[in-house]
Amino acid sequence: MQKTGTLKLETRGDREIVMTRVFDAPRKLVWDALTKPELLKRWFFGPPGWSLIVCEVALHVGATYRYVWRGPDGTEMGMGGVCREFVPPERAVCTEKFDNPWYPGEALVTTTLVEQAGKTTLTLSVLYQSREAREAVLKTPMEQGVAMGYDRLAELLASPSAQATGKEAGAS
Amino acid sequence: MSPHRLDSTFAALADPTRRAILARLASGQASVTELARPFAMTQPAISKHLRVLERAGLISRRRDAQRRPCRLEAKPLAQATEWLERYRQFWEGNFQRLDALLDELKTGERNARKKKRRRAKR
Repeated sequence: MQKTGTLKLETRGDREIVMTRVFDAPRKLVWDALTKPELLKRWFFGPPGWSLIVCEVALHVGATYRYVWRGPDGTEMGMGGVCREFVPPERAVCTEKFDNPWYPGEALVTTTLVEQAGKTTLTLSVLYQSREAREAVLKTPMEQGVAMGYDRLAELLASPSAQATGKEAGAS
Repeated sequence: MSPHRLDSTFAALADPTRRAILARLASGQASVTELARPFAMTQPAISKHLRVLERAGLISRRRDAQRRPCRLEAKPLAQATEWLERYRQFWEGNFQRLDALLDELKTGERNARKKKRRRAKR
């Protein structure tokens, strides 16, 4: 089982980005933190100095949600979508489209929560409409990009999934 | 970096064996035999993985030497992982705050339960 607090981020297939993170809390609490605006505003605001100024959540299938963030220089970034599946406290599927999109089409975001021994694993999958869309996301300019040294690289690659599995996997 | 190159980089990184090979090469160059050792895998199977990594520009092999040692090409990997790293940092910041919030919620629930029990006792 993945350790609490370790964020795993990977690409899956050619249209998807998947993120997993374990929280030391029961699923019900994590679900609340993901769906209650007063709680979302306390953590879901990005880099320091930003805030979540609009937080309308979708709590049933067909409902729309909308988030707007504001940065320290007044820049605003908005996004929203429609809820396609809503199964508290374990699963939600929503479309995602940014006001100023940098990728074509919309993405489909699936959030799942699995509880085991009082800990909750959050899996967040973002499925883009095309491989070109995901590529556009992956190519987003990184103005704060830091050149990585070999040490940092090794650390990044030495995640549990990067260990030798002992299985004979085909080189596809 | 061309879109095609970036695409093949991510395809190459999608496999756990290939990520493990890159992790090994991050600490210095190695021959195919040396790379095959920690895996329960035949040399041809490892060579197949190496060809995928080579095509993606993630490793290079010296043509002249007998051993043909493989070495890590850091630049394409850095370009490919840069985005993921930034994205990870963005979310990690959020999630650390969520950790703190969940701790607070847990304490709140525990205290509420205690109060209830105390009231029930009276």
